[in-house]
Amino acid sequence: MSAIAFPAPDAGILARRDEIIAGLSGLVAPNALITSDDERRPYETDALTAYRRMPLAVVLPSTTEEVAAVLRYCRAQGVPVVPRGSGTSLAGGAIPQEDAIVIGVSKMNRIIEIDYANRIAKVQAGVTNLAVTGAVSAEGFFYAPDPSSQLACSIGGNIGMNSGGAHCLKYGVTTNNVLGVKMVMLDGSVVEIGGSHLDSPGYDLLGLINGSEGQLGIITEATVRILRMAEGARPVLFGFPTSEQAGSAVAAIIGAGIIPVAMEFMDKPAIEICEAFAKAGYPMDVEALLIIEVEGSDEEMDAQLARIVAIAREHGVTTVKESKSAMEAAAIWKGRKSAFGATGRIADYICMDGTIPTGQLPYVLKRMDEIVKGYGLRVANVFHAGDGNLHPLILYNCNDPVEAQKAEDAGMDILKLCVEVGGCLTGEHGVGIEKRDLMTYQFNPEDLAQQMRVRAVFDERWLLNPAKVFPLEGRVAA
Amino acid sequence: MTIHTPTTEAQACAVVKSVVDSSTPLSIRGGGTRTGLGRPAQAASTISSAGLTGITLYEPAEMVIAARAGTPLALVQETLAERGQMLPFEPMDHRALFGSEGEPTIGAVAACNISGPRRINAGAARDSLIGIRLVNGRGEMIKSGGRVMKNVTGLDLVKLVSGSHGTLGFLTEVTFRVLPRPERLVTLQWSGLSDEQGVALLSKALGSPFEPMAAAHLPAGLAGDQARTLLRLENFSDSIEYRAAELSLLLGEFGVPDRLEGEMPSELWSLVRDAAFFAGTDEAVWRLSLAPTNGPKAIATIARGLPGARWFYDWGGGLVWLAVPPEDDAGAAAIRGALHRFGGHATLVRAPDAVRAAVDVFQPLAEPLMRVTVGIKKSFDPDGIFEPGRMYAGV
Ligand SMILES: Cc1cc2nc3c(=O)[nH]c(=O)nc-3n(C[C@H](O)[C@H](O)[C@H](O)COP(=O)(O)OP(=O)(O)OC[C@H]3O[C@@H](n4cnc5c(N)ncnc54)[C@H](O)[C@@H]3O)c2cc1C
Repeated sequence: MSAIAFPAPDAGILARRDEIIAGLSGLVAPNALITSDDERRPYETDALTAYRRMPLAVVLPSTTEEVAAVLRYCRAQGVPVVPRGSGTSLAGGAIPQEDAIVIGVSKMNRIIEIDYANRIAKVQAGVTNLAVTGAVSAEGFFYAPDPSSQLACSIGGNIGMNSGGAHCLKYGVTTNNVLGVKMVMLDGSVVEIGGSHLDSPGYDLLGLINGSEGQLGIITEATVRILRMAEGARPVLFGFPTSEQAGSAVAAIIGAGIIPVAMEFMDKPAIEICEAFAKAGYPMDVEALLIIEVEGSDEEMDAQLARIVAIAREHGVTTVKESKSAMEAAAIWKGRKSAFGATGRIADYICMDGTIPTGQLPYVLKRMDEIVKGYGLRVANVFHAGDGNLHPLILYNCNDPVEAQKAEDAGMDILKLCVEVGGCLTGEHGVGIEKRDLMTYQFNPEDLAQQMRVRAVFDERWLLNPAKVFPLEGRVAA
Repeated sequence: MTIHTPTTEAQACAVVKSVVDSSTPLSIRGGGTRTGLGRPAQAASTISSAGLTGITLYEPAEMVIAARAGTPLALVQETLAERGQMLPFEPMDHRALFGSEGEPTIGAVAACNISGPRRINAGAARDSLIGIRLVNGRGEMIKSGGRVMKNVTGLDLVKLVSGSHGTLGFLTEVTFRVLPRPERLVTLQWSGLSDEQGVALLSKALGSPFEPMAAAHLPAGLAGDQARTLLRLENFSDSIEYRAAELSLLLGEFGVPDRLEGEMPSELWSLVRDAAFFAGTDEAVWRLSLAPTNGPKAIATIARGLPGARWFYDWGGGLVWLAVPPEDDAGAAAIRGALHRFGGHATLVRAPDAVRAAVDVFQPLAEPLMRVTVGIKKSFDPDGIFEPGRMYAGV
């Protein structure tokens, strides 16, 4: 695939590579600077592997001061910078460009402080999402946003993308769970925004930084909320003969005043793929599956489930299967959370991430099927049903350039459909390079120009992750 | 003084363009109940949202409501209540504190990020605000966000505008995520605890799996002779019974709680939400946001320097409402000095105009952040038309 354009590399910068590397080597510890081809290669792409660009060099600082020194240098030299966490972006948010320095925060992976009385954890940006929960779980706490990539992805990357997860229906996404950041601005100044308290003074810069995709500065530390785990949690499988029935059951559950912690949807192709991988005991004779998780004491879960089951019956549920043990519960979630990986075992796929008003679900599922079939391809659907965040996985063969192009085109058609029915291009994966050129489809020129003027306040020369989010044409300064 | 009352977005854009041409600054008026927030702003003319009313979208099954900015908050709340839903963040009503009249509007709730006791658990107004339409200072109609809960498409201008107190533009329409109303509310009340004990109790409760939705401590003399420590549970009836019992057990070291139900506790929570204990006095009123366990420590330091101060705690101790004598700097130096040590920030919510013009109403920002703030203001409002000086002098 080569449809998405990158800016032409700056020949002047490429010519000065040795000089720039020499300059950087004076700023960071020797083992923090990566310049050889072999060692740079792992950084040439992220989880949008169809696209790759070899960066000029990679820097892996260990301290905020090193990050500041490198940014200051890059700004003075006019060299673009691509911030990187763990490189799991599905939108190409962390893919470099030939004339850019990658600044990766993976070595900054220390938990700095845990404060149970105030229910916060202060961590370095390279700490993985799951490691935050790991650090507090012995005391019965957890960090709520749980992207399926949580074993690998970093808190810095989560903030960069404002990531979500299966449990954000109840607990919110990253922006609702971050209280403060330490961030290095392009000019090397280090700022603290927010802290251990709620609602920082002045404009909500924290809100702006969440989901800003590495365009405003490099985050080196974050203070996040940790929550006490519920007494128990039980995922339950609900199988339906049609997607419409599953969709209307979701609406009815919410209508009845019940907000389960998670409501995840899978269609038949996704059920088959995930069951083959995880052996979770998913029912195979249904067209649509909902994984609904309830929380609380045993009695509370029983009571809430009874309500949900009654509603599901009104909507034609044919299978209800409760997890009977912690192992069964884990298998149910393993199946769902490895949906992308499991799909990757049977085919190449691209994963879309549009959000739609949930009322449009039956129409959108039908249209998506038509769109993908129209390109002669297959689609498997897993998504967050409570909030309408779709993840159609379009299956294709990446060794067939024609098919690869078709898959990309089908994906773009689906995202346009999401916007047409009142939704948006991306619910949690971010714009990156992938949806950059569709931004004009969701926003008019004034909307985009306003965003770009805000961006330019932080980076007037477009040095920070410059190939991302905004169409390459028509960019505006402060 | 001119008051512009556009009835369409196109008219609102035209109003802004015309004042840009004549460089007359504009203040923004919703219901006028919260004009006391921020620094006293000087503007030759006013743009009112009174002509932009009505609910434009309500989908209970999708938990989303949208309304034009001038829609009375009460109408939004009644509309939601009819379908068993509510705004998640329990917005404060400033009328008691300011002695103001009129009808609060939904636009101002968004513009000023107005939340209440539920904020500790359900997030602030900014967390539920999912879409905005606003006229920026160039007279352009800008949208950000939309009507779906999960949306990371582009920079999140929704959050930036929420809490900007009108300085970035004139909101014409706002969209909020909503939640089901709980079947039942129960408040547990412990009596006679010190500030430290009260906040320790709240911390322990908020760190338990029993999910109190609101957590406040009222020192002795504020609402009765004895201190009152309050936890509010919201849930289905059967869950409430269970959780109330478990919490009483867990918090046994603090004594046996009373259980409050019906009208009385909801009135009490309104007083907490609205800081109405300080209604009708001439005290200056501050709002301190800090790490909950630092609340009582900061207060102990501040109270030593400001005799006559009164206070109470919301958000499990993390929000301190503080009333002090209105003289001089209304305690600004003492309060901000203490926060320097204990972290967090302080906002002067109520004080005579002269005081609010002289002291920093919002916590002063570090130099790079102030630079960003000025830049953001300029990016929305290059000619400084909207609410000049409302948040920071000269901005
Ligand atoms: C199998 C799989 C499953 C996934 N499941 C989910 C899911 O359920 N929910 C979800 O939301 N996402 C999911 N993702 C997407 C991805 O994991 C998230 O976007 C994640 O937050 C990226 O984190 P990262 O550390 O890998 O960041 P990267 O991919 O390295 O970077 C992401 C973006 O953040 C910027 N960035 C990174 N670090 C910093 C920093 N320190 N300061 C400033 N900017 C920074 C980068 O420039 C880039 O724009 C999934 C991905 C995969 C591969």
